[in-house]
Amino acid sequence: MNWEIIKQSLPMFQKGFELTLYLSLVGIIGSIIVGLASSLIKYFKIPVLQRIVAIYVEISRNTPLLIQLFFLYYAFPAIGIKISAQLCGIIGLIFLGGSYMASGFTGGFNGVKKNQIESGKAIGLNNWQLARYVVFPQGFALSVPALAANIIFLIKETSIFTVIAIPELTNTAMDLIGLYYNSNEYLFVLVIAYAIILIPLSIILTFLEKRVRYGTFGN
Amino acid sequence: MAHSGINVLFEGTNFTRLLGGLWTTVQIAAVAIIIGLILGIILGVLRTFHNPLLRLVLRLYLEFFRIVPTTVLLFLFYYILPRQMNIHLPGPQMATLVFALWMAAEMSDIVRGALISVPKHQRESGLAIGLSRYQLYRYILIPQAFTLELPATINLITRIIKTTSLLMLISVMDVINIGQQIIEANNQHYPTGVFWVYGLIFLLYFLIDYPLSWWANRLEQKRMENIND
Amino acid sequence: MTEVLKVEHLDKSYQKQPVLHDINFSIAKGEVVTLLGPSGSGKSTLIRTLNGLEKYQSGTITFNGKKVVPNDKNWQTLRQKIGMVFQSYDLFPNLTVMDNIILGPTKVQKRAKEEVIAQARALLKKVDLLDYEDSYPRQLSGGQKQRIAIVRALALHPEFMLFDEVTASLDPEMVRGVLNIIRDLADQDDMTMIIVTHEMDFAKQVADRVLFLQDGKILEDTPGNQFFDHPQTTRAKEFLESMNF
Repeated sequence: MNWEIIKQSLPMFQKGFELTLYLSLVGIIGSIIVGLASSLIKYFKIPVLQRIVAIYVEISRNTPLLIQLFFLYYAFPAIGIKISAQLCGIIGLIFLGGSYMASGFTGGFNGVKKNQIESGKAIGLNNWQLARYVVFPQGFALSVPALAANIIFLIKETSIFTVIAIPELTNTAMDLIGLYYNSNEYLFVLVIAYAIILIPLSIILTFLEKRVRYGTFGN
Repeated sequence: MAHSGINVLFEGTNFTRLLGGLWTTVQIAAVAIIIGLILGIILGVLRTFHNPLLRLVLRLYLEFFRIVPTTVLLFLFYYILPRQMNIHLPGPQMATLVFALWMAAEMSDIVRGALISVPKHQRESGLAIGLSRYQLYRYILIPQAFTLELPATINLITRIIKTTSLLMLISVMDVINIGQQIIEANNQHYPTGVFWVYGLIFLLYFLIDYPLSWWANRLEQKRMENIND
Repeated sequence: MTEVLKVEHLDKSYQKQPVLHDINFSIAKGEVVTLLGPSGSGKSTLIRTLNGLEKYQSGTITFNGKKVVPNDKNWQTLRQKIGMVFQSYDLFPNLTVMDNIILGPTKVQKRAKEEVIAQARALLKKVDLLDYEDSYPRQLSGGQKQRIAIVRALALHPEFMLFDEVTASLDPEMVRGVLNIIRDLADQDDMTMIIVTHEMDFAKQVADRVLFLQDGKILEDTPGNQFFDHPQTTRAKEFLESMNF
């Protein structure tokens, strides 16, 4: 391991690091919005939209991100739609993450105990009030572990952006290896960089899961 | 431009080549899944034992495969095995190894989770009728855990299959790599061929993964119904 | 006597298995009816049907002289007048005791918060839990939770109350407190009530009438004292013996 090589590569990795963080953040926020909207459409069984959401979720969950990206980046220009690589990455990540987040929220809503819903009904709550005061508060708390897992998953998926040459972390490492051949050093930095993002994040998320769980259910 | 893009799929041997690439993909996924399942179950059982050192080692193994993105895992094996350890595996075999180890790591966590959620009194009743530890796992815990873990396992399998799309990154001649070659070779005649080739690959992945996730969903729904009744 | 509730020819089956068969009875204002019967006899299903939590295939339920058209909207309106307490208390874990109680009155009935809180405090005082209004359900014992659940139902000013095995998950020493509250409701407030219970002594004390169910049918509909001292059917006799009564 040559530390000099590592040191010289750090500025470039820093750029990749920032880009990975930025793309992840935008992708995660977008995924949560799309996922929440989808799960609400499903919960309230809104006609037509409900069907569209179901189809979207199946397509998104059962196809690889890499192909989704190739489609956006290489195939769309052939029919006259040109999108920049970064925007392709963000769209792809949200397309993928939206369905994962939707499943997370829906799982939470479905996890609310039948007894809770019945006692809500027993005090006369209508469907909307039942959702607002019983199902959503408890359902969100129940979905936090799935959402946390999705967040970690989506950050890792940004490494696939390298296939459309977005200069995020993995792409930075691959470029450097291609140029200078020092694979050990660059791969080492790459793994450390992901660890720096993901280890603290997963600790924070676990802590948060416990807090939310205790705050809502007391155990 | 007299050619409609879709015909690129049927030009020469293109279609059979794509299916050949798909076969490579499927083989790698299948072998990795089988090895990963077996290894994952063993590791999952070991993780429920009380040996702290064993648990630590297996936990570290899991966390490593959890934290490092699969793309990076592939590159790690691709560069480090030959250059540092002088192990020269052909691409498909190396990819199988990476996917199998990854599957085993994730699987071990599913198995462990299912095993520890089998109610304690089941374990105690088993011990009370004089079962050995092996018999306890073989006849009581693993069969009960199996129904609990099945949906998660199927979902994991769909993830492995989707992740085989990364094979092209380490130069394996998978369906995507062959797709790219076909697109490049036919770009002159079929400018919209790219749309159809990627469209077909998209569809192929969907056709493999959709039945699996449909199955997982159904099992999960049944389980929820049973809990609520 | 005014008739509050009337059930006629009620039939319900679940996955082609008959659960309730030709149920007929009525309840007058202020009357306390206990539903007794072995487990699986359909008591809980019947009481849940009366609150629209279970659908039924045929028959009619008449409430205050008006036939209930069984759809979600109607049941939702009716439930404000029918209080129900469950075996598993089911307080909302994310809300404080006070918020649990005032949720229905303020959001469903749109009553003024101050008025509802004052009423809630009076009810809490009655059940000896005034100090707990800011607690969360997790900080309470089972018996305390069940008392709060009763208060939550009463806060809506229901015209009658349904109690579904409300002491069945409680430790023995908690049971008495909960039963006393129900008895006070009968004696002091003249509340109309339907009670599903396994507490035979309690049933005997409060029941104006007993409906004895078996296999989804009402086998006996008799005044309380008469049922316990002189059950008419052998089934009921056997049942009372099996309960060591």
